[in-house]
Amino acid sequence: MSQSFKIRKGYDLKLVGAAAQTDMGAVSASTYAVSPLDFPGITPKLAVKAGAQVKAGDTLFFDKDRPEVKICSPVSGEVAEVKRGAKRKILAVVVLADSEVAYADHGTLDVAKADRSAVAEHLANTGVGALITSRPYGVVASMTEEPRDIFVNAVQSGPLAGDLAYQLAGKEAEVAAALKALTALTTGKVYVSQADDVAALDCLSGEDAVNVTFSGKHPKGLVGTQIAQIAPINKGETVWTVNAIDLPVIGRAVLTGQYAPEYKVAVTGSKAINTGYATMLQGVNLTAFSSANINLDNTRVIAGDVLTGSQMDAEGFMPFGKSQITAIPEGNQTEFFGWVLPGFGKFSTNRAFWSWLFPNRAYDLDTNMHGEERAFVVTGEYDKFIPMDIFPQQLLRAILIGDIEKMEKLGIYEIVPEDFALAEVACTSKLPLQQIVRDGLNDLRKEMM
Amino acid sequence: MKFVQNIFDQTRPLVEKDGKRNILYPLHNALETMAFVPDHTAHSGAHVRDAIDLKRTMVTVIFAMVPALLFGMWNIGRLHYGAIGMESTLIENFLFGALKLLPLITVTYAAGLGVEIFFSWKRNHPVNEGFLVSGLLIPLIMPVDIPLWMVAASTIFAVLIGKEVFGGTGMNLLNPALTARAFAFFAYPTWMSGDQVWINTSGGDIVDGYSGATAMGDLATTVGQGLGNPATETVMAQFGPEGTYSLMNAFLGLIPGSIGETSALLILLGGLFLVFKGVGSWRIMLSFFVGGLVMAGIFNAFAVNEFMGLNPIHQLMLGGFMFGMVFMATDPVSAAQTETGKYIYGFLAGFFGIMIRVFNPAYPEGIMLAILFMNVMAPLIDHYVVEANIKRREKRLANA
Repeated sequence: MSQSFKIRKGYDLKLVGAAAQTDMGAVSASTYAVSPLDFPGITPKLAVKAGAQVKAGDTLFFDKDRPEVKICSPVSGEVAEVKRGAKRKILAVVVLADSEVAYADHGTLDVAKADRSAVAEHLANTGVGALITSRPYGVVASMTEEPRDIFVNAVQSGPLAGDLAYQLAGKEAEVAAALKALTALTTGKVYVSQADDVAALDCLSGEDAVNVTFSGKHPKGLVGTQIAQIAPINKGETVWTVNAIDLPVIGRAVLTGQYAPEYKVAVTGSKAINTGYATMLQGVNLTAFSSANINLDNTRVIAGDVLTGSQMDAEGFMPFGKSQITAIPEGNQTEFFGWVLPGFGKFSTNRAFWSWLFPNRAYDLDTNMHGEERAFVVTGEYDKFIPMDIFPQQLLRAILIGDIEKMEKLGIYEIVPEDFALAEVACTSKLPLQQIVRDGLNDLRKEMM
Repeated sequence: MKFVQNIFDQTRPLVEKDGKRNILYPLHNALETMAFVPDHTAHSGAHVRDAIDLKRTMVTVIFAMVPALLFGMWNIGRLHYGAIGMESTLIENFLFGALKLLPLITVTYAAGLGVEIFFSWKRNHPVNEGFLVSGLLIPLIMPVDIPLWMVAASTIFAVLIGKEVFGGTGMNLLNPALTARAFAFFAYPTWMSGDQVWINTSGGDIVDGYSGATAMGDLATTVGQGLGNPATETVMAQFGPEGTYSLMNAFLGLIPGSIGETSALLILLGGLFLVFKGVGSWRIMLSFFVGGLVMAGIFNAFAVNEFMGLNPIHQLMLGGFMFGMVFMATDPVSAAQTETGKYIYGFLAGFFGIMIRVFNPAYPEGIMLAILFMNVMAPLIDHYVVEANIKRREKRLANA
């Protein structure tokens, strides 16, 4: 069974600094850290204290409201520190790593013989359940929910996105095992989306999954776009989403019982001295890596891409769930009469600047806002970047005034913040759309729980 | 550029929260952000942003108005010297026009921005760019001889009642520029219609055969006279190929009227620029034109007087139709906000504009009233468009 869709609304943001297909080697460090802030929708409760010995795959903290949502240590060693912020909020659990990783033994899983609850329990215990996102709300999934369908996204179309085939090479067995396990978790369908402009990966084309092909513009690589085309989420339904790049980690947990969140991370951006792919465990301290590979002078280092990634400390730890690092210049400089100049070299999604003459140019963009925040004035602007049957501006207004009923009616269940990222880039009024959506989803979830 | 930045840096303590001139903070901020795009960086969400901001959007609209504005300036001079029977050069026409138009523009900006800055200070938010456009639109839809204080009063009314009471730019229900004109029209009717205000005739003797009326005013006299009535012959002759209001003259703009509204050609040029730049809505412009054409076509088919019988295209080239289509109906805040809604909104505004103009000769400028009326109706149109989306979603849920 296969389907294909073409995404006509959207924009392919072209930046300089794509990852060269070179292996930058393995990155390791003496400390690793896991931050609860990387896991939307959980209230962390510590399972370990400073000084405790942990193995890779031992639970560091879990969700207070859903104890089955466990976040595990990527390495074995000693819990060195629990970093806390204001009101004793947990910012990170730091682990001092052993020289050799010892894995907690969660046993192997024979998917063919196990029933649904056994599969779910295995994924929760090994920590890989946290790699699965639940919609609506876009939060870490609880393995006790039964999703309507599971959407596996193998389209990487964001700015400077890595080459998935390269990143998954050599891990075909794990990918296949993970897909099998996912199939056991739902009575609905498992959809696997792939891009039409790269060669389809055989390991993803399992016989139990529905293969879907996406062509056209970004955000074809956002799973929200894909769900909207395939089978939109209705009120009361839950679906799970998984990034294909996480499948090897899930697969390894299925096959061996080990939690080893190891990724080939794409190192990109105009401020990267060397681009390429570095193999690293999530949570690794990046101090040494950054100073060798990124020009850190007035630079913003982003975990993820420039649209949806999170700003990170170049001397901090690699956040959870990210397989890309983007380094771009900070834009903390003023520009004399920048708004009135012709703007031959300015990036814009519309023709207000003369740079429209060069549609294929790759830009070296910085983080400047190019203007102050204003009220909604321009209309119809967001629609061009959100290929879903929703009214973005009306929905945002409903969120801003806190009208839950209106949010539901206008389709808030179908979106997560990243779906509004391109619209946020284009927004003339410079409004924080992704933050507005996140706040709206949080309010809604509080109301529903 | 360093010294400009220094001036702003040095004066900032004066206007900051505890400074002596805090009321000027919005002005300081507006001028500074105008001179320098601020060094703000993205702190939440996407890390890179489009170069466009509201200043760019608004200045694009201003650029689009420049051809009509320059033409209006020249036309003021041309009509003036023509009315008093003097030969004049291109430069003289421009100079005379500038002498009349620049005070209007200055007064509008001073009055409007004064109100805006006061509200910005009170509400503690930056001055919005919306008035940059409104402040130029208002003079362009006024007769040349209107007293300056009336323009100031209309502008203050428009900004205060049309915009600020709703919460400022982005929240207003009505188009501020049209609100100003409507205020002037109803408060000072003798200065806004008739045959005295459209051409400045000071400083000379009026030539024989001069009429200060506009095409709309003249057409209004034919209402109630019946079709083909000999009494209307002299009036209608002016709309013939050789007449003052010939189709070609109306298209080029060589006729009396509000300052910026006469040249359909240059307004269309501005409209194309706006559409190309992605700033003006082609949906509204197109449906507005079609709406007007349909109404004019119906009138033409069932004409009972000469006004109704006018060639539909000719009808659309007269009065404020083209200006309303390109610069007024397209205001994104007061227009319908959904893309489907824009078609309905534009169509009805054009349709009603011609209807009001022809049915009620007391309101020669029906376009203004039609757009204001549709401004009020726009949220209703949007409501039904959005409701359709909600229905679709509910239906999907029911089938799931």
